[in-house]
Amino acid sequence: MVKGQVLTGGRGKAGAIRAVMSEAEAESAAKEILGMSVNGFAVKHVLVTERLDIRAEYYAAITVERATRSIVLIISTAGGMDIEDIAAQLPEKIRRFTLAGADEQDSTESLTQWLSESFPNQMLLEQAARIIQNMYQLLRDKDCLLIEINPLVLTAEGRLIAADAKIVFDNNGIARHADIACLMNPEEYTADELEAKDAGLTFVSLSGEIGCIVNGAGLAMAMMDGIKLAGGNPANFLDVGGSSSPQKVLVAMRILLRNSRLKVILVNIFGGITRCDDIAEGILKARNELDINVPIIIRLRGTNEEKGRSMLSNAGMIVTHQTADAIQDAVNCAYGESQQ
Amino acid sequence: MSILIDEQTKVIVQGITGRDGSFHTEAMLKYGTKVVGGVTPGKGGRTVCNLPVFDTVKEAVEQTGAQCSAIFVPAAFAPDAIREAADGGISLIVCITDGIPVLDMVDLYHELKRKHVRIIGPNCPGIISPGKCKVGIMPDFIHKPGGIGMISRSGTLTYEVVYDLSEKNLGQSTCIGIGGDPVIGTGFVDLLEMFENDDDTDAIVLIGEIGGEGEEKAASFIKTSVSKKVVSFISGHSAPPEKRMGHAGAIISAGKGTVEAKEKALQEAGVVVVDRPDQIRDLL
Repeated sequence: MVKGQVLTGGRGKAGAIRAVMSEAEAESAAKEILGMSVNGFAVKHVLVTERLDIRAEYYAAITVERATRSIVLIISTAGGMDIEDIAAQLPEKIRRFTLAGADEQDSTESLTQWLSESFPNQMLLEQAARIIQNMYQLLRDKDCLLIEINPLVLTAEGRLIAADAKIVFDNNGIARHADIACLMNPEEYTADELEAKDAGLTFVSLSGEIGCIVNGAGLAMAMMDGIKLAGGNPANFLDVGGSSSPQKVLVAMRILLRNSRLKVILVNIFGGITRCDDIAEGILKARNELDINVPIIIRLRGTNEEKGRSMLSNAGMIVTHQTADAIQDAVNCAYGESQQ
Repeated sequence: MSILIDEQTKVIVQGITGRDGSFHTEAMLKYGTKVVGGVTPGKGGRTVCNLPVFDTVKEAVEQTGAQCSAIFVPAAFAPDAIREAADGGISLIVCITDGIPVLDMVDLYHELKRKHVRIIGPNCPGIISPGKCKVGIMPDFIHKPGGIGMISRSGTLTYEVVYDLSEKNLGQSTCIGIGGDPVIGTGFVDLLEMFENDDDTDAIVLIGEIGGEGEEKAASFIKTSVSKKVVSFISGHSAPPEKRMGHAGAIISAGKGTVEAKEKALQEAGVVVVDRPDQIRDLL
């Protein structure tokens, strides 16, 4: 098997996983796959692995279920396909078991009993139970939010093998797992994303022209929604987070200004733990240190608002009062008044 | 009346000696909150904002009679701080700290439930009953006392809406930021029930966002058990699928938790759903 290695799903459907019979076939398959992109992710690595003689394919996952705040095991005998497709087409093939949390917790003793319905043969059952226990241990030990084995295959020799897996680690837990943190591959991130991450900013690049600097994910998303409603397009999502230092604003500005599509920067801050004067200081710092060639629209409100506002107006900058007005100003700057 | 906190609530601050802890303790005191002390292990005996600092929550509760604790300690120590508050006799924990690992919250949620201790958050702005008490980090001057109950997954977006409401003289009974993490202590449903039973709350504003199933659960509860008017805004229409937008919660997964699904569920429950947050004030 030759498998493209990218951090996204749907590789099989995209043709990035191929079964090959010879070295030559493997080479040509690898060449093709290495030029592909799956869901916008360029394939830069392939994994060449044993081709299994598959008798059956299962799906096994352990994840955190938000609604019940519990850790659940999901098993399906219809492995190999996307769990979303199984859920849609063969809902009766999906079984779930609560491993931890939940108000009425299923007992651990009953797990083997429960598994035996999906793995009726004793030899299979023992292997499955061991795999599930290991998955759970891994989830607990390394702060994972999802461990998904798909497919979990049964070979002709009667072995259960994890033929492919996806693991999602909790960003909030990464600090206590140096062995996981070092697995982060900088190639998977753009230079902008890496710089943002280092500065403690959350940054996602988008396709529009209006650069956004906002505090709080909810306000940032609502503002992006508002920009779209007003006929504009956000260039990015950028959350400066709480306790924002002036330095963070400077880095945010620097990242936004690298975008050649950028026509205007829209700063929207509602101070809680963030102080408006810190933000204002950051904006002024950015104006002194960076070459800013686009208009900056600013909306400040909240903690130390008056101080921030006067710092900016003393420097000749205009601070808007309403978000809706700020959005309209930004759309006008980016696309001209004719848009209205 | 109001829900969760009022002028009688005695509050301690865990992490009172830190930058954010001391800054917001001062702000809470200024607002009139009965902050009666703080806790920082190893710094007992000092004073911050003229308040006594204790080494343990238990000691602080014994000395001050506090019922509520605001947690400002760093994420690495926050799970222990939450546990200590629950074991130390606190009945309402407001956890401001963000960055707590999800699995820690899974365990804490069930532990606190068994102990009958309520937790708001983590990763939230806290609670304010305007004119009476604030336990959190929200800018208080934007609030006015009144009859609107607010529940929100966001921090800053809530301030935005509150500002609009107060400007139109629509005061608030209590505003709660429930937090943006995937696993939170108190969800929409418990708070909707409290607001429904609160005589001073006339209408409820519910601010949700993409990801999770909290809004869908709220919708089914509203349908059967809420008689008061509910107005809602859900953010994340423009969020690209499969991208994390800051809140770990703001992820679309498996077709569930989309803005459209949430809006539909809420509308079917009789909730007024708006396109823009600044429309909320005109519909109350």
